[in-house]
Amino acid sequence: MSTEYEAVIGLEIHVQLSTRTKMFCGCELSFGDDPNVHTCPVCLALPGVLPVPNRTAFEYALKIGAALDCELATVSTFDRKNYFYPDNPKAYQITQAARPFAVNGKLGDVRIHHAHLEEDAAKTIHTGGSGRIKGSDASLVDFNRGGTPLVEIVTEPDLHSGAQVREWGQLLRATIKQLGVSDVNMEEGSLRCDANVSIRPVGSTELGVKTEMKNMNSFRFIERGIDAEVARQKALLEAGEPVVQETLHFDPATGELHSLRSKEEAHDYRYLPEPDLVPVVPTQEMFDEARNSLPELPADRARRYEDLGVSEQAALLLSFETEWAGYFEEVLDAGDSLEPRVVANWVTGELSAELRRQEDRPLADSNVPPASLAALIGLVARKKISHGAGKTVLEEMVSTGADPETVVADKGLEQISDSGELEKIVLQVIEENPKPAEQVRAGNEKAIGALVGGVMKATQGRADGGEVNRLLRQHLGL
Amino acid sequence: MIDREQVLHVARLSRLRLTEEEVDTLTGELSSVLDHVDKLAEVDIEGVEPTSHVVPLENVLRDDVPVPSLDRDVALSQAPDPHDGAFRVPSPQAEA
Repeated sequence: MSTEYEAVIGLEIHVQLSTRTKMFCGCELSFGDDPNVHTCPVCLALPGVLPVPNRTAFEYALKIGAALDCELATVSTFDRKNYFYPDNPKAYQITQAARPFAVNGKLGDVRIHHAHLEEDAAKTIHTGGSGRIKGSDASLVDFNRGGTPLVEIVTEPDLHSGAQVREWGQLLRATIKQLGVSDVNMEEGSLRCDANVSIRPVGSTELGVKTEMKNMNSFRFIERGIDAEVARQKALLEAGEPVVQETLHFDPATGELHSLRSKEEAHDYRYLPEPDLVPVVPTQEMFDEARNSLPELPADRARRYEDLGVSEQAALLLSFETEWAGYFEEVLDAGDSLEPRVVANWVTGELSAELRRQEDRPLADSNVPPASLAALIGLVARKKISHGAGKTVLEEMVSTGADPETVVADKGLEQISDSGELEKIVLQVIEENPKPAEQVRAGNEKAIGALVGGVMKATQGRADGGEVNRLLRQHLGL
Repeated sequence: MIDREQVLHVARLSRLRLTEEEVDTLTGELSSVLDHVDKLAEVDIEGVEPTSHVVPLENVLRDDVPVPSLDRDVALSQAPDPHDGAFRVPSPQAEA
């Protein structure tokens, strides 16, 4: 009998804060500038300098802590994490180990162990060889990024699959984006995710040996990387071999996992309190500002939409994109007692698909003001036009900005309301398609699709689908 | 007491290459340094909050306002091997 295994996954997420200046000096933050144009004695670690924390970075951090439902520390201190590597000229990184600014939080169904502030490392480019670290002969160091404020969010090992990590990661990203404290752009590295992955027999409460997966730059890749790693660990255990603790890199192009050399053997970071920095004791004002300034967060918004009857999927889609959520609410307000569920489906379904189809247009450039979409949805809801005709109208609206009533009139899309007329067409389609008609009579209900399609074609989409179905079934003796 | 293995471990962490004699010397010297510091363990710290800083200050924070950075030429002037505007250093992999 084979053992069933479950994956146990914890995440460490680094969020670059979008302050104007670095964590401990006044150098400006930048992305894509020439190397080493944003440096100073502090971020180059020249002798005799002292770091001074960025107040805004601390305030942003507190907002993240509040949004993750954490206890915010009344006294927060900094520590040195020692490691020797060219990306860090001090040979230590200033971080928070003993007293981070936030502990014991929760987002969705994942508990947050803590969140702490630290400084980012410089960027190193390995030259010679293949350009990868292995086989390179020299490294070029660019300190523009060195010292950028980071909040590292550490979860409890509460995740159990690649898909769950992707979904939760997207929720976290949307939440932080909503706070306006980071660009959370994974490709540019302003959001970076490491995953600790282990597996254990189902029912066991002990944790297995974990591997660490580093710096994956999209949640899709993270999902695939974790799935690959879980499969690898299962295969090892099933073959009676041990999982070895190591750091892995997932190559999305090949789907392979490579072992990376760790920066420091056995993570011996010899933490010590940072004597150059005094404690941060946030004032009541700072706490209040962090907690009271929180906008409606995606998880709360999704819940509110679901309470309105919106499907779970549409509610999540809308909540993750503020712009779409705003649009959805405007359509809802502009419409005359439209069902939120229906409006959400039009916005996240038909409209989103049509914008993608027409040159991948962003919502901001759509030709469809919320009131027009509300009018269109109203026409369909009142059965003035069929759902299929509605899509035709929407296509025209997106491409020309036309008003829905005008498009309906111009194209003669008004639904056939005379059931006698529709019945005639239904009978004709049955007669012209004896084969599917026979199949349906013989009990193959799926064959009715061909007949529905025939009626829609004959009416140019002007028939109500429900009515067509009803008439077809009636005349085929179902 | 500190043993040879610990000296070698710390040397590896610091990327220092030590001769055999240096390892022997350091093993002795570091041990006596640690013994000296160990005197602190005799102090009764029952009920004393961990001190992160000896100066009774808190909330020394800076406004998020940019100040001019160094000219790159100045920043790189002390670099032994600048290249294309970057600090060029031996590959960390090469010494491993």
